[in-house]
Amino acid sequence: MPATVKKAVFSAVNFKKMTEPELLDLIERHLNNALSTPEQVEFERMRKNDLQLNKRITEHQQFLKYLSGLNDRLAFEKKLNDIHNEIDIDEVKTALGIRESKIITLWRNHHSKISVAASIAIFAVMTTLFFTGYFNNRNQQSHYNALRRELGNVKRSQTALIRDINNNNSSKQLISPGSFGGTGFVLTATGDLVTALHVISGADSVYVQDASGNSYKTKTVYTNPDCDVAILRIVDTTFKTLSPIPYAFKKSKADLGEDVFTLGYPKDSVVFGRGYLSSFTGFDNDSLAYQVAIPVNEGNSGGPLLDNFGNIIGMIKGKQTQVDGAAFATKSNYLMKAIQNIPADSAGKKIILNSKNNMGKLNRSQQIKKLQNYVFMVKVYN
Amino acid sequence: MSLKIKSSVPTDSEDILGILNNSPDTLKRIYKVYFPMVLQMVLNNSGSEADAKDIYQESIIILYSKVKAGNFELTSKLKTYIYSVCRRIWLKKLNQRGNKECELKDVHDFLSVENDLEIHEMRDLQFSKMEESLLMLGEPCRTIIQDFYMQNKSMQEICDKFGYTNPENAKTQKYKCLQRLKKLFFQL
Repeated sequence: MPATVKKAVFSAVNFKKMTEPELLDLIERHLNNALSTPEQVEFERMRKNDLQLNKRITEHQQFLKYLSGLNDRLAFEKKLNDIHNEIDIDEVKTALGIRESKIITLWRNHHSKISVAASIAIFAVMTTLFFTGYFNNRNQQSHYNALRRELGNVKRSQTALIRDINNNNSSKQLISPGSFGGTGFVLTATGDLVTALHVISGADSVYVQDASGNSYKTKTVYTNPDCDVAILRIVDTTFKTLSPIPYAFKKSKADLGEDVFTLGYPKDSVVFGRGYLSSFTGFDNDSLAYQVAIPVNEGNSGGPLLDNFGNIIGMIKGKQTQVDGAAFATKSNYLMKAIQNIPADSAGKKIILNSKNNMGKLNRSQQIKKLQNYVFMVKVYN
Repeated sequence: MSLKIKSSVPTDSEDILGILNNSPDTLKRIYKVYFPMVLQMVLNNSGSEADAKDIYQESIIILYSKVKAGNFELTSKLKTYIYSVCRRIWLKKLNQRGNKECELKDVHDFLSVENDLEIHEMRDLQFSKMEESLLMLGEPCRTIIQDFYMQNKSMQEICDKFGYTNPENAKTQKYKCLQRLKKLFFQL
């Protein structure tokens, strides 16, 4: 023991003068019982009188306990690991009667070989599928039909209701029949229409034809492949501004089981179709679309889907081939989103959608009478 | 020694005495005797050998701290206690791994050990906090603290080791290190 300790029977006075490290040292000597007896007695006395000091000592003691506890724990864990390594696990297992199944043993002994074999097999299957055209989009689409109508001669001769566009056409300009057809409906009275993008894809020129047979040239101002949406603008000088649009887009979600109807051009005159909303998701759980049980055919794509009150709740875009009554329609809120996303420079001016619905109180046939002036046949030439 | 063990199997109370006396033989014996039971339980309940090792060692730690704290009453067999602790830990782990329906296929009877586990978890948390704080502390502080508080080396030894001119300087340094460690620990 250094001499300083012996003579330092400290008093409360020099205790106050101590620096922090000195005080800590004192506390630790006190906790380790390393103080001389008179010192220890004096310190105990001070500790009793000084609550703050007492608290500090207790806290320090606790902290040191964690430190030494951690040390003991680590040492103990090392001991346990050493003992564990002495145990012959396989022997224990045999004694317990735990025998691994043959498959597991096989796997354990040969897993690298098995993995290689499996990867080769997978690769071979994939290559075969690839070369046989399994991954070709066309093949997969056998389940999903985009409803664009082929207006080719072969197709038309197959139907009983052949109609020569050239002869029946009362349009001001005589045009040849388009090679594809679909439906579109009016967004603004000035001649903006919306249709499905797949109807006009690959088009050289796109014409629209109204219910009375007038054809107008359009230009495509916007396309959105995600939602399968295209916006057309009539650029024909013969086009006269329409009267205000009677329908509005439904912003909220439609209800399951709701009665819905559509107008479209699966043939050269407008066709009405009626059905009900059967699911909130479309083909392959596509959340952008509704599933609708409604009779639709090639040519209906791009047609409006309306509820009882004449609100647009969607746009027809396709159907599933091997499932009964499963047609699909892009949801109105995604349509609106797509329309609102049109950059101002591509549209020339912003498309402002009609928000007031005038068809709520009309019966169905009156609604259709109004509506059919705003549903156009889309004819695609390429 | 090994002869003696074979000739007379020690009772649980002898084992507990051994634990209290820190007998390395007792530890080794206990470890080896009860491990197969736990291994069987874990393997039977979709666990691996490594899982068995982890939870078994944890249960031994719990047993030891309980005995040493003087809280262990021999109301049940040591075997039952160890099994119950392992069983509880394994259930918890299965739960964490997302096994919702946890019905263990038991290989032994068991009792409730919730309290012991809670105490253990709290202590474990402090230890891991301390371990992390020490890691974050950096050198030379970590070694000074470890040498002084964990290896119980004297201030003079530390002074020599780190080349401080006198023990007073070393003490000041140790004080600073401890303050930093405390700060880290209580922040975690």
